[in-house]
Amino acid sequence: MPTTVPAYGKEAAERLASMADVTADDGALRRFLHGLPGVDAVGLQARAATLGTRSIKTTAKAYAIDLAISMIDLTTLEGADTPGKVRALCAKGINPDPTDRTAPKVAAICVYGDMVATAKEALTGSGIQVAAVATAFPSGRASLPVKLADTRDAVAAGADEIDMVIDRGAFLSGRYLDVFEEIRQVKEACVREDGSGTAAHLKVIFETGELQTYDNVRRASWLAMLAGADFIKTSTGKVAVNATPPVTLVLLEAVRDFRAATGVQVGVKPAGGIRTTKDAIKYLVMVNETLGDEWLSPEWFRFGASSLLNDLLMQRQKLSTGRYSGPDYVTVD
Amino acid sequence: MAARAACTAWRHTSMSDRNDRLSVLKTYKLFVGGKFPRSESGRVYEVTTATSAAGAAGKGTWLANAPLASRKDARDAVVAARKAFGGWSGATAYNRGQILYRVAEMLEGRRDQFAREVGDAEGLGKSKAAAVVDAAIDRWVWYAGWSDKTAQIAGSANPVAGPYFNLSAPEPTGVVALLAPQDSSFLGLVSVIAPAIVTGNTTVVAAAEGAPLPALSLAEVLATSDLPGGVVNVLSGRTAEIAAPLAAHQDVNAIDLAGADAELATELEKAAADNLKRVLRPQPVDWAADPGTARLLAFLETKTVWHPMGV
Repeated sequence: MPTTVPAYGKEAAERLASMADVTADDGALRRFLHGLPGVDAVGLQARAATLGTRSIKTTAKAYAIDLAISMIDLTTLEGADTPGKVRALCAKGINPDPTDRTAPKVAAICVYGDMVATAKEALTGSGIQVAAVATAFPSGRASLPVKLADTRDAVAAGADEIDMVIDRGAFLSGRYLDVFEEIRQVKEACVREDGSGTAAHLKVIFETGELQTYDNVRRASWLAMLAGADFIKTSTGKVAVNATPPVTLVLLEAVRDFRAATGVQVGVKPAGGIRTTKDAIKYLVMVNETLGDEWLSPEWFRFGASSLLNDLLMQRQKLSTGRYSGPDYVTVD
Repeated sequence: MAARAACTAWRHTSMSDRNDRLSVLKTYKLFVGGKFPRSESGRVYEVTTATSAAGAAGKGTWLANAPLASRKDARDAVVAARKAFGGWSGATAYNRGQILYRVAEMLEGRRDQFAREVGDAEGLGKSKAAAVVDAAIDRWVWYAGWSDKTAQIAGSANPVAGPYFNLSAPEPTGVVALLAPQDSSFLGLVSVIAPAIVTGNTTVVAAAEGAPLPALSLAEVLATSDLPGGVVNVLSGRTAEIAAPLAAHQDVNAIDLAGADAELATELEKAAADNLKRVLRPQPVDWAADPGTARLLAFLETKTVWHPMGV
């Protein structure tokens, strides 16, 4: 097995270049993606369900809750977002439980591109990343120059991470190379123009609820990782079906297999529909069992969520006080 | 050959005497959020006929296995009650009254079942048990009538020194934990639930520990009476075990200690003090007597509004 390098590092590009033959043209890419082993849907669902039955209690639970909080991309992606709301969310991200300073801070605040500057300012010195959704989120229906401009704009405003959506229309109609090129160009657009040579990390959203089959999810995962994704992410949170344990398991397995093949480590972010502590812990168990603890950190695994944080805080309060908490004791957001 | 013999035997008995058919035992379940789940813990406990009944000699006969609710069931019930609170407290008083009448209507059709269950639970004869059930049905009707009248007796227009209308109006307290009385498994139960919900509270009820079956059957009636799921949640099991997390729960606004003994009541009141729960202390009550408005007014908060009079 090749030595491991992070997807955002310089060496990753060289590793990907070694796979250039599969991405050389449309036919080669199609043959490669369709040559990936098919997903055993029943087995996958059973495996995901089994991993959801572990009992995590007491000190392990306390650890899992704090880890989950530190992995949250606290998100507000509403048409009604105001600078005030974004600042309030940032304050919550820095100090999730005002009654208990031992609660860890979240990993990132996820906003629309025009709110990046506001969030950046509110988070100064906190160490929390600002993630911006870009490329005509959530539908992805815009021309490539618009998407690239959208991305550059967010990066210029100070975004540390870019959450892009793939063109599902192109993917579903089999134009894989178009999707590949798009991701590659967005990745280039993530490079900061301040001359530092650094780049915002790129998360690629598949909107798995629209990809219809687990096979497609696996293909999309490989496609995005070959194109240079730093993170692969399930959903936008804007459609009926969001992150589910089986779909996330497909992503985790793809990430595991990709590292085995190339040595490049890619992160995973399930998003949407994860609302309870119980769910979050199930995902953590899945990560640990599929990828091991190298991925059990905010650097490699994130939750895209908003209401999850409140449930985690209530469970945290229950563990520390012995009393069940209620929604009156966390913020309304 | 043996199978055929059994088959013939079955046919023989079924034709000659219908009472010999294999009876279908009822699985009693909890009532949480409008659904009938088993206890999260999977535990059950045996419920027997009243041990104090004539001829029981301190040992009742087995009636059924009731779910032995855990603290997680209590937590789930509180979540369900909180979820139901907005809709139920926001419903018109007229609507709430109609639904309480509907409960009485539904109970009327199942009088015989409840008379039997209450008779078994409390060791009463047929006619006495029927009288208890009738009283319980009448109590639903009585409280139903109060739905649009509590504001008149608990609210007021206050005279103030200024050009203002000053109005006080009662509002429901929120999620109320009810420990149902241990000595009156049905009439007492109805007498604590009805006044709490008619004003718009939602409830988590711990049924009488030794006689939970009438309460669990009442849940079936409530589920078919247009009562929104979660307004009443019924748990059966050890009162002390269920009550402790409810009394300490930060999202429960009040607790009725009717079913707690003195020692448990003191303990629960201490736990309840932490988030300033409203507490109704246990007191000896004759459940058959006219209930008065005490319980009706126990779980209300007064909101006072100052409104300029204008010119």
